[in-house]
Amino acid sequence: MADRVTGTERVKRGMAQMQKGGVIMDVVNKEQAKIAEEAGAVAVMALEKVPSDIRAAGGVARMADVSIVEEVMEAVSIPVMAKVRIGHIVEARVLESLGVDYIDESEVLTPADDLFHLDKKPFTVPFVCGCRDLGEAARRIGEGASMLRTKGEPGTGNIVEAVRHLREVQSQVRRIVHMNEDELMTEAKNLGAPFEVLLQVKETGRLPVVNFAAGGVATPADAALMMELGADGVFVGSGIFKSKNPEKFARSIVEATTYYQDYQKIGELSKDLGEAMKGIDMKTLRAEDRMQDRSF
Amino acid sequence: MSEQKYRIGILGMQGATEEHASHLQQAGHEPILIKNRELLETVDALIIPGGESTAIWRLMKKNNLVDAVKQFAQSKKPIFGTCAGLVLLGKGQVDAEQSVHLGLMDVQVKRNGFGRQRDSFEANLDVNGMKEPYPAVFIRAPYIESAGERVEVLAAYDDKIVAAKEENLIVAAFHPELTDDNRFLELFLSLVEEKPVLTV
Repeated sequence: MADRVTGTERVKRGMAQMQKGGVIMDVVNKEQAKIAEEAGAVAVMALEKVPSDIRAAGGVARMADVSIVEEVMEAVSIPVMAKVRIGHIVEARVLESLGVDYIDESEVLTPADDLFHLDKKPFTVPFVCGCRDLGEAARRIGEGASMLRTKGEPGTGNIVEAVRHLREVQSQVRRIVHMNEDELMTEAKNLGAPFEVLLQVKETGRLPVVNFAAGGVATPADAALMMELGADGVFVGSGIFKSKNPEKFARSIVEATTYYQDYQKIGELSKDLGEAMKGIDMKTLRAEDRMQDRSF
Repeated sequence: MSEQKYRIGILGMQGATEEHASHLQQAGHEPILIKNRELLETVDALIIPGGESTAIWRLMKKNNLVDAVKQFAQSKKPIFGTCAGLVLLGKGQVDAEQSVHLGLMDVQVKRNGFGRQRDSFEANLDVNGMKEPYPAVFIRAPYIESAGERVEVLAAYDDKIVAAKEENLIVAAFHPELTDDNRFLELFLSLVEEKPVLTV
């Protein structure tokens, strides 16, 4: 029909709104994708390696082999996301042409451009980007991101950075809401944020797009914590398939995300889970290994 | 519209619950997020929101909500299913490996019938009983492949059924909660008015 319009801001942001309260899981093949779907994931992120393996392998991390992305898309009926390097226009266009449902312009991969993120508005496929504070969140929205996530520190199984980033964004949102409009331009300058995005935050009292937690979620209690702090949903990277019992971790994290204030249930879900992924203390992480600082 | 204030449940497994809640509040009704069967018994009507139908289904099964919602429907209380809600209310899905459905409405559903996210679209939709077209937002949307005799088709797009009503059930393949147009919500609330619930 003639009046059908695709790729609008509403359908791009709306897709993320449908994911709210859900868990998006990193997978590296069709078997893992099936396990994730079976456990109740709302989407899967198709990757060549989960972040902790990317960390261990070192070198340049790039977009996944197309055959892996296709294999995962073939295997499941839930949405499939995939990552591109920051600023890599062609990786993004390739994933879009494959029909991937969402693209993560991700600091987990080695950036292709150390000055500019993608101009995401001309794409039909929507993008999710990481943020540590409101300035970064607003810049990504200004570039056309339709969904945000905290950066956290990927592949560490340590929730502390994701907590810091989520709290920071929210406290800055609260401050904007209580500001007078004549203070906003200077705040925009200080945060390095587009004025229009801050104005929208002030008027609506929230970010104009969905904001998930990511980067360090390893247990059902971690997922529930991020929901408690106000995340719209949760990404779990290495936390599931680096645990001893992926099926059980996946199911339990999904349920803990929905019932994040039912502490008795979370207690039940945390019983006999087996070992979670081995984590990394931030103090032992070298500055050059911090993925969250790979962005601007 | 009635002055009466209703308690409207929103199934809270996952999905666009806040959007429905804010529309209900603006219309003067009380939204209740439903995560267990006890709370379900206290509401006048239920919305099953958009989200991922497989995820919502698995959480419903695990938490004893499948039979509870079936009983709710059998008591003739109204249910409004949008997108994933339509998939769940139907009698099954065509071409699906594993069908997730409550089997309450006599329709067969084609999940993601309009394609993947790149095919998600907005369009102005002619709806039976509405004078002006409805601004419909379709996101990885399903459609109704076939419908039983008692199902009243409310709207079709590209010759595919995208909104329908059967007794106390109403479904839309698109997302009224993502627009400011309250006409579908009003249609649903009119069902609550038709079937006043006796106070317990």
